[in-house]
Amino acid sequence: MFKVTIDNITVEVEPGTTILNAARKIGGEVVPPAMCYYSKLKGSGGKCRTCLVKVAQGSAADPRPMPKLVASCSTPVQDGMVVQNITSPEVLAARKAIVEFLLINHPLDCPVCDQAGECDLQDLSFKHGLEATRYIEEKREFDVVDIGEKIKLHMNRCILCYRCVYTADQIAGKRVHGVMYRGDTAEISTLISQNINSDFSGNVIDVCPVGALTDRTFRFKSRVWFLNPMNAHRDCLKCSGKVTAWMFGKEIYRVTARKDQFGEVEEFICDECRFEKKQTSDWVIEGPRHIERNSVISANHYEKIKKPSIIKPLEEKTEKQE
Amino acid sequence: MGRKILLEHIDVPGIKTFDVYRANKGYSAVEKALKTMSPDEVIEEVKKSGLRGRGGAGFPTGLKWSFLDRKTNNPRYLVCNADESEPGTFKDRYLIDHIPHLLIEGLIVSSYALGCNATFVYVRGEFKTQIGILEQAVAEARKAGFLGKNILGTNYSLEIYVHSGAGAYICGEETALLESLEGKRGNPRIKPPFPAVKGLYDCPTVVNNVETLAAVGPIINMGGPEYAKIGIGRSTGTKLISACGNINKPGVYEIELGLPVSEFLFSEEYCGGIKGGKQLKAVIPGGSSVPVLPAKLITTTAAGEPRLMSYESLAEGGFVSGTMMGSGGFIVYDADACMVRSTWNFSRFYHHESCGQCSPCREGTGWMEKVLHRIENGHGRQEDIDLLVSIAAKIEGNTICPLGDAAAWPVASAIRHFREEFEFHVNYPELVRDPKHQPISKLAQVHV
Amino acid sequence: MALRIQHKIFERDNQPVEFSKETLAKFRKLIGRYPEGRQKSALLPILHIAQEESGGHLRVDVMDFVADLLKIQPVEVYEVATFYTQFRLENTGKFLLEVCRTAPCAICGGEDIFEYLSEKLGITDGETTPDGLFTLQGVECLGACGYAPVMQVNTEFEENLTNEKIDRILSELRSKANVDKPKESKWAEKFC
Repeated sequence: MFKVTIDNITVEVEPGTTILNAARKIGGEVVPPAMCYYSKLKGSGGKCRTCLVKVAQGSAADPRPMPKLVASCSTPVQDGMVVQNITSPEVLAARKAIVEFLLINHPLDCPVCDQAGECDLQDLSFKHGLEATRYIEEKREFDVVDIGEKIKLHMNRCILCYRCVYTADQIAGKRVHGVMYRGDTAEISTLISQNINSDFSGNVIDVCPVGALTDRTFRFKSRVWFLNPMNAHRDCLKCSGKVTAWMFGKEIYRVTARKDQFGEVEEFICDECRFEKKQTSDWVIEGPRHIERNSVISANHYEKIKKPSIIKPLEEKTEKQE
Repeated sequence: MGRKILLEHIDVPGIKTFDVYRANKGYSAVEKALKTMSPDEVIEEVKKSGLRGRGGAGFPTGLKWSFLDRKTNNPRYLVCNADESEPGTFKDRYLIDHIPHLLIEGLIVSSYALGCNATFVYVRGEFKTQIGILEQAVAEARKAGFLGKNILGTNYSLEIYVHSGAGAYICGEETALLESLEGKRGNPRIKPPFPAVKGLYDCPTVVNNVETLAAVGPIINMGGPEYAKIGIGRSTGTKLISACGNINKPGVYEIELGLPVSEFLFSEEYCGGIKGGKQLKAVIPGGSSVPVLPAKLITTTAAGEPRLMSYESLAEGGFVSGTMMGSGGFIVYDADACMVRSTWNFSRFYHHESCGQCSPCREGTGWMEKVLHRIENGHGRQEDIDLLVSIAAKIEGNTICPLGDAAAWPVASAIRHFREEFEFHVNYPELVRDPKHQPISKLAQVHV
Repeated sequence: MALRIQHKIFERDNQPVEFSKETLAKFRKLIGRYPEGRQKSALLPILHIAQEESGGHLRVDVMDFVADLLKIQPVEVYEVATFYTQFRLENTGKFLLEVCRTAPCAICGGEDIFEYLSEKLGITDGETTPDGLFTLQGVECLGACGYAPVMQVNTEFEENLTNEKIDRILSELRSKANVDKPKESKWAEKFC
C-alpha cells in the first residue's frame, strides 16, 4: 500500500491508484472536481484540466515537487507523495482559469437548459467561476440537432469531455458518433445523416456533464428540482433495471441511471427502461433517493433549504423595474 | 568556416544516391556499430557525445534512450519525427532533400542500439516529395543489404517504413505523432505513461527528430568524446539552423554550437545581414514557439555578454530577457515589421493547430487570436493588452501537451518586449487599420 | 453576435467505389507494413491515395470502403478525415492552390501573393473559380520558410513566389486544363 497525503490528510491506497481516486477515498472538500474523467469509462480523463493539483512532494524516495500542476485523474500516486488541492492558491487560481476557459464559448443558457440544477459546469462555475466575464468576442454557435431518436445534442454547451464517445465505444456497442474536426470548431457528430441507435445509447445523456446531450422525452417537461428522485426497479432482460425515477406526484417524468456521490452512474441502464417505461405501474418504487450533490436538487428537496443569495438582489431589481 | 558534420559531403554531386553516399564513407557507422559494437556501447557513445534532441526540447538523446523499457518482451520501436511543422523550421526537409542516406544510416545505427526491428519515419503529409525520396533511399539501402534480414551477415534485422501525416502541426508532439501513426486523430496522449514505457502500439518507444538521428552516424564514426569536443559547454556538436525572414541569405546552415548570434546574422557565410540594408528589429531564434527577442537582446545578453547560438546562452536571462534554442528555426524581422501583426499571425496559427482536446488550449488559443485580431485591426482596448498577458499565463503549464506553452510564449514575449507597439495600436487605431501601415517607430515620431 | 459554425451533414451517395488493381495492391502492401491487428495504422497513407484517385476529395462511400478495408468503424475514418487539413470532404477545383500565410512567409510578402492570386482569379479564401479550375486556400506553415513566399499546387511546392511567377504558373496550369495530372506527383507512386 502507498501512503499519500492530500491537503494534509493521509490515506493508504493500492499502488496504481490515481491522485483523484485517492482523494475520493478521503472524500469531502479535498476531492478535485472532474468534468471529463469517469471511473467507469476506460481512457477517460486528462482533458478538461479542472482536476489539476499540485504535487508538493513526488514521493518519499524522491521528494522533489513536480514542476507543473498535474491532472489528478491520470497521475498515479507514489508512496509518500504529498498533494495540495484546496490548500494551494496556485491550484485554485488554475481552476478558476479553467472555468473561465470552459465558459467563454458556453451559451450560459441555463434558464432554458434541461440540465440546469444537475449540471457539473453550473456547480463548478458557482464554486470557482468569476463573477463577470472578460470575454467580449463572438461566441461560437452550432445548430441544435437530434443525434438520436430520443437524444438532443446542443453542441454549444459541450465541453468536449469525450465521455459520450467512450460510452458508445465501451457500453453501447457500435459507435456511429465521435469528435469531428478539431480545435475550437471540433464537435460531437455523426458526420453523415444517421442516428445514434443501440439498446444502451441513452447512457450518453447520463454521462454528459453538461446539457449537451439531453433526453428528448423529458425536454422542457419540468425543472429537475421540482421532481422527486425515487429509487425504482423492474425486471429487465437487458440491464439491471435499477434506476432513478424522477416523479411529480404519481407521474414519472423521466428515468435515469442511479448516480453515486461523484455524479457517476452506478450501473448503466438500457434505452427501454430509460425511454419506454414511463408508467408508475412499470416500476417498483422503493423510496426517495438521496442526491449527494452540490446542486439545487439536494438543496431544495430533502435537506435544509438554502436560498441562493443571488435571488434577493434579483427580486429587488425586478421590483425596481416595475 | 565552422566544422561540418552533417553537411560535410553536401556539395558532392549525386550524394543523394546510395552509390555516391557509400563512396563517401557512407554507412561506415552501420558497419562499425553492427560488427564491432554492442547496442549498449552505441548508447554509451551517444551519451558521451552529449547530443541533445534537435527537434526543440533539447533533451539529452543518450539519456532518453536509456529510459526505454528494455525488460519487456514486447517489441520496441524507434519512430523518427519528420513532421517538421514549426514555423521557421525547414532543416529536416533540407536534410531529406539533399542527403537522405545520412538519416537512413542514423536510423539503422539507432534502431540497432535500441533493439528495434521495425522503425517508422513519420513525415508531414505536405512533404510528399520527401516521402518519395525517403522511400527511394530505403529501397536502395535494402538492395545493398543495409536493411532487411541479417544485415551485413549479422543476426540483426531491421525494416524502415515511411509513413505520411496529413496536415496537423500537433503531430510533431511525440504522443500525438504516435496516435496519428496508429491511424487516429492527432490528439496528444495524457502522460504518464510516457512513450519509453508505453508508446507505439502500447510498446516501449523512442521518438527522435530527423536531425538528432542523422547525427548518430557521424557520432559513431568519430566517437562520442570527439563529437563532444565540438561546441560549447553542454551544447555539444553542430546544429542545423534554418534561417528565414528579412535576411539576405535565407537557407539551412550547419553551425558549431557556440557561434555568436551576431556573426550568424551578419556574416556572409550565414544570413548575410538584413535585407535591403535595413535595421534589425527582432529575432525568433528557435521556431515560432520560442520567445521573440528585440535586436539588442538577441545579440547581447542582458548582462552585456555576446549572445551565442547555444542552448544555454540563448536561454540566458530566462524569459525576462532570454529565449530558447528550440528547433533552430531562425526568423528575422527588419525594422519595418509590425510585431502586433506578426503576433496575431502566430496566434492564428496556434488557434488553427490546436487539437481541441484540453480546455485551456482549445478555448485560450482562439480567445487570444480574436483579441489580437481586434487590436491589429484598430479595435483594441487598453485593457486588452493585460488581458492577453493574463490569458497566456493561464494557458501556460496547464495543458496536456506543449502546444499550450508554444501558443502562450510568443504572445507573452511580444508584449513583454514590444508593448509600446500594442499600445500604439490601441491609441491610434485609425493609423494601423491598413495592414501595410508604416512601422510603428516612424508613426510614433509623427503622432506621439 | 455569434460565430456560426456550420459543418455540413454528408450523405452516402451509394455510387460504386472502384480502385484499379494496382491501387488495391498498394493498399494491401501498405497495410502489410504494420503489425497484425494494427491495420488502422495504414489509414492516413491510404486516405491520401484514395482521395487522389477519387477526384481530389473523399466521398462518404470512399471513406466507408476504406473503413471496411481496415476492418474499422466508418466513424473512425470520419474522425480522422475531418481532423487533418489535407483531407477534403468536398470537391475542389482541378488545381488546389494552397498559399502559406504564416508569419515567416507573411513577412516576406506571402500576404501580397495571396491578395494577387485572389485578384487574378476573382475568388477569396476557400472559393473555387466558376470554371472549376482553381480553388484558392490560405494555409498555415508549409515548412519551406527559407523559400518564402510559398504555395502548393495540388501538393507540389512552388517557391520564392513573385507576381510574375504567379502569372507564369497560372498560365501553365490553364494550358493543362484538359490533361490529367502528371504521373510523378501521384501519392501511390511515392510509397514503394
